[in-house]
Amino acid sequence: MIEPTAIAVQSAKSETRDRRVDVSTATPFVELVDIWKSFGPIHALRGVSLDFMPGETFALLGDNAAGKSTLMKILTGVHQPTRGTIKVDGEPVVFERPATARARGIEMVYQDFALSENLDIRSNIFLGRERRKSYLGGLIKVLDNAAMGREAEKVIAALDLKMNPQLKVRRLSGGQRQAVAIGRALAFDAKLIIMDEPTANLAVGKVERLLDLTHRLHDLGVGVIIITHRLDEAFAVAGRFAVMRQGQVVGRFRAGDVTEREVSQLISKGVTTHQRAEEGR
Amino acid sequence: MSALPLRDIFTRADLGDANRTRHVQHLLGDYGLAVVFIGCVLGLSITTDSFLTMDNVVNIVRQSSIIGFIAIGMTFVMITGGIDLSVGSVVGLSGVVAASLAPDNSKAFVLPLVVGLAVGPAVGFVNAALIVRAGILPFLATLAVMAATRGMALVYTNGQPVSDLSPAFDWLGSGTLGPVPVPIILFVIVAVIADHALQRTRFGRHVYAVGGNPESARIVGIPVRGILLSVYLIAGALAAFAGIVLTARVDGADPLAGTGYELNAIAAVVIGGTSLFGGVGSIRGTVLGVLLLGVVQNGLDLLNVSSYYQETIQGLILVIAVLLNRWKSD
Repeated sequence: MIEPTAIAVQSAKSETRDRRVDVSTATPFVELVDIWKSFGPIHALRGVSLDFMPGETFALLGDNAAGKSTLMKILTGVHQPTRGTIKVDGEPVVFERPATARARGIEMVYQDFALSENLDIRSNIFLGRERRKSYLGGLIKVLDNAAMGREAEKVIAALDLKMNPQLKVRRLSGGQRQAVAIGRALAFDAKLIIMDEPTANLAVGKVERLLDLTHRLHDLGVGVIIITHRLDEAFAVAGRFAVMRQGQVVGRFRAGDVTEREVSQLISKGVTTHQRAEEGR
Repeated sequence: MSALPLRDIFTRADLGDANRTRHVQHLLGDYGLAVVFIGCVLGLSITTDSFLTMDNVVNIVRQSSIIGFIAIGMTFVMITGGIDLSVGSVVGLSGVVAASLAPDNSKAFVLPLVVGLAVGPAVGFVNAALIVRAGILPFLATLAVMAATRGMALVYTNGQPVSDLSPAFDWLGSGTLGPVPVPIILFVIVAVIADHALQRTRFGRHVYAVGGNPESARIVGIPVRGILLSVYLIAGALAAFAGIVLTARVDGADPLAGTGYELNAIAAVVIGGTSLFGGVGSIRGTVLGVLLLGVVQNGLDLLNVSSYYQETIQGLILVIAVLLNRWKSD
């Protein structure tokens, strides 16, 4: 069932969709080719192939244990595939560690945003990659809080938001925290941001907010993969989506080519009623 | 730590009652401890003749410096969300080890200092290994190490104290540079370096991050285990340093020296605003906590208050400080 707000959001979306990259001709930013992953006897992924275009918003749908998270952990270097290839800009890469994936512009925004509540916004954005000033020819290095504050303000402004970078994250709402987490990715030149259940920890205006964010990221040339089990969210924001089930991709669609009902059947049963009718004939 | 501007509390006439209450709470939380400290100093200056004399003030700071070294190390550990109960025993062990290497008829200085100091990181390494590798809770791991370390100090001297040390070594505890006692100078140096490390360096930022959310620290690539190892090494090293300065000050070492110091240090750190849950705290706060406890103890001595009451009053201060810290504005 589509809520009225989601319909409004969807129509707003279709106006902007023509701004998007032409999926048929552009070179994908990332290609996943025949990815398999086993944990002992369990086959978590069985030959998954997907591609992600620069600047597009892509939704990865599926139930729990469909393999969405495992696939994204492979894309971010947390796990390594049992076999299969990852290509970035057409070139095969091996992501041994999260840092390797990050160096290629692939960043993850976790469901709980993975922020340190006790630190301020700028410290969180630069956590692990702090800017420093050198004294005595590099002998002494101290944190450059002023520079980090200025850059933090810039990335937050790039998301059309305004926040004092010296505010502690503890004081922020769910939406503001999400912006900080995305700002962290942007501060390090992310080209593809993976958002795990992006509305799970937001209180109000969830889908509209997410739509705004993905538009901003699109304008900045940053692609987004949304991992979700919420259809309204995927339909509202994504230009393309894929459905996963039991470690395989069971469907790939462009927005507008399929109904929520069909996708819902695909998620739960692996086939749509339409496909079943065809098979029965 | 940003404090609430004073003018906000007194000039905003349009604040609602609830808002005003919260502002007053923040005021108490941010400045309460400093006010208590200044109140104690003023009160004792008026009620006693001997409190506000140069000798007495120097004496307070010199005595506080021993707990001060330990408390500074403890601050690092507690900001990561840990605790180190072994520091009191490290004072005892480092003291007897250093003392045994600094006989009266020698000029020994570097050897007892270096070997005594090395005891601290060695014990800290064991703490960290138990916590990080074996996954034992810091409280239990360091409780076990506390007992074992005390045992080693007793074994090392067969339970006997060591006395009469080399004058060069004693200088660390009883010497002066100009008019200022060496322990005070050492305490100031250690406090300034520790404050700089926590507030201005990448390492310090990572210590706070590990205490705030270890999982998010790990995700951004911070070596969480390395940070935990470092803080226990620092706590051990500073406890050993306290043991050396104490030994040099009293010209002798007792294997039971430092018993209970871990609790005094923890009290000072908590009074100074460091959270037992990690992620929050500062060296400046800890120094204030150490000095407050020093002033109160000295004042109660001057006022001839029995030591039974003194302990009760120290407990009361701890409770008040914990309540005030709850109201801090950030």
